[in-house]
Amino acid sequence: MTMSDPLLQVHDLITAFDTDKGLIRAVDRVSFEVPKGRTVGIVGESGCGKSVTAMSILRLLPQPTGKVLHGKVAFKGRDLLKATPKELRKIRGNEIGVIFQEPMTALNPVQRIGKQLSECFLLHTKMSRRQAWEASIEMLRKVRIPSPELRAGDYPHQLSGGMRQRVVIAMALACKPDLLIADEPTTALDVTVQAQILDLIRQLQAEMGMAVILITHDLGVIAETCDEVVVMYAGRVVERAAVRELFARPMHAYTRGLLDSIPKLDRPPKSVLPVIPGMVASLVDLVPGCRFCQRMGRGGGILRERPEFEEISPGHWVETCPNCFEDLS
Amino acid sequence: MQPLLSVRDLKVHFPVHGGLFLKKTGTVRAVDGVSLDIAPGETLGLVGESGCGKSTLGKAIVRLLDPTAGTIAFDGRDITRSGRRAMQPVRRDLQMVFQDPVESLNARHSVREIIEEPLVIHRLGNAAARRKRVDELLERVGLSKASADKYPFEFSGGQRQRIGIARALALDPKLVICDEPVSALDVSVQSQVLNLLLELQRDLGLSYLFIAHDLAVVKHLSDRVAVMYLGKLVEVAPSETLYRDPRHAYTKALLSAVPTPDPLARKSRVPLEGDVPSPFNPPAGSAFGHRINHPRYEETVGMDLSLVEIEPGHHVAADPCCLSEEDWEKAGRLLAGAGA
Repeated sequence: MTMSDPLLQVHDLITAFDTDKGLIRAVDRVSFEVPKGRTVGIVGESGCGKSVTAMSILRLLPQPTGKVLHGKVAFKGRDLLKATPKELRKIRGNEIGVIFQEPMTALNPVQRIGKQLSECFLLHTKMSRRQAWEASIEMLRKVRIPSPELRAGDYPHQLSGGMRQRVVIAMALACKPDLLIADEPTTALDVTVQAQILDLIRQLQAEMGMAVILITHDLGVIAETCDEVVVMYAGRVVERAAVRELFARPMHAYTRGLLDSIPKLDRPPKSVLPVIPGMVASLVDLVPGCRFCQRMGRGGGILRERPEFEEISPGHWVETCPNCFEDLS
Repeated sequence: MQPLLSVRDLKVHFPVHGGLFLKKTGTVRAVDGVSLDIAPGETLGLVGESGCGKSTLGKAIVRLLDPTAGTIAFDGRDITRSGRRAMQPVRRDLQMVFQDPVESLNARHSVREIIEEPLVIHRLGNAAARRKRVDELLERVGLSKASADKYPFEFSGGQRQRIGIARALALDPKLVICDEPVSALDVSVQSQVLNLLLELQRDLGLSYLFIAHDLAVVKHLSDRVAVMYLGKLVEVAPSETLYRDPRHAYTKALLSAVPTPDPLARKSRVPLEGDVPSPFNPPAGSAFGHRINHPRYEETVGMDLSLVEIEPGHHVAADPCCLSEEDWEKAGRLLAGAGA
């Protein structure tokens, strides 16, 4: 069998916001691929552009300020950036499902959850209202909500945070999408509930064979759920590799710093944590050269230009800034 | 050594009003019988899921909330019923760092005014001395002197948290209650603030009550860790011991739910269904036994589920639903011994 095309291919994506201070690039030439049935994690700190990348794929950027300036988003061979609004509406919620971070704001507070779920079926299939209601109950059962017949008649405020997030997942998966984009799906939840939700996404993924883009700042979540990882820093991808490879041989100084600085259960208590000094420069002040050098106080680094993004070993891509790139193998 | 803080059987209940005439319709038992000690220079970590009452406990200790029952002794003095005036001198030694670095700083005050305020309230030093102290504190928490004349909005989350810490340190306290001080911060900034807290403790001999939901963070900072579930402590042990050898079923479940940042680690997860039950109408017996539907739950209704010292320094709730057969027998012997 030949290597088939990836399900989703993001190529050279530039997304900018129109602000008082001019056009600001939140996503600066980002490229990655999502193969069928796989989970790709996008990790980075707040403001690194991970959510904007996802929203650009779906063309859900805040309007009129957000604009995709350049690039290609090929989904099943079609360029989503060239799709008409009508075509996009057919894809969103049907072929691509989304889970947003805040389970409270993602649901309509004045509509019963069964009705909100039915909407997915009414929009994308030819089901009758009754059939859609039945299908919604089935979906609630699938995300393991106890007594779904009763819960379908509840309003969002009657459910706990974990249950609401399950409803959001049910909505995202209702039409059996080929791709699920989950933007910090467990950040607002407790660890035990987070574990339940991640297990649920994994199981449903195995059942339905969909691909997942998981956006998170939690490297633990990445390690446990993803096949591949994209590390973003200040609007750019600095490193990209299979999950085991990335954790075993991080090559970019930022990835290494990130991995070192998290408190782990097996680290001696009260020891000094390695830190990444400074903080991410504001999007307005970012240099064209290496941005991690900028954070480390090296100005734009040695390079005035953006460092090359190279494939060092098969599938392991990294920004090869002479200061930040090191192959320790 | 005499503990700096000693809390005994503390309860904080909130009345719930409802109906047409807002009659009292029930009680939320946010904190329901908690006892703990903190030694000078020690960090006690307090972990638990949202709604377990950990923040309420912290606020009751600094007396931002009134306890319903029990006692709080700080530095040898009973402060359980101390009023505003009686609390003021105590607050010099007992400070708090809040979770939200945006909400907890007055946006209309400059950083200098924010950090200076405790000194002004306690009438410490003249203007020049206070000025010097603010500069000192800023340097101490890693901010430049120039920050003093800026306003909170000009700072990032991590820097704002440093301002909050500087304010808490202004009066040279003995105990600082840190309520989720790093939860709102990014990973790389979080480690900077954690290092700062550790450094301050080493240099100033501070004690902390460190409240957080992130178990790895709590372990990293604490000498001992207390695990809270639905208003009660279920396990207290030295940090290393708790993570190496948890005895309570809830602690085990909580630990196994933490994602490990290592893709090769294939650990067995203790599956845990359901959510934390509501403290509005808590189960009559073992709260965790109820959640996991334990066959021995009925036995625990009306049972005393308080902590027993199962190993030296390792306390765990004597709860047949949540202990191994062996530990439960041992706990039974200890309870019988204590009763005899």
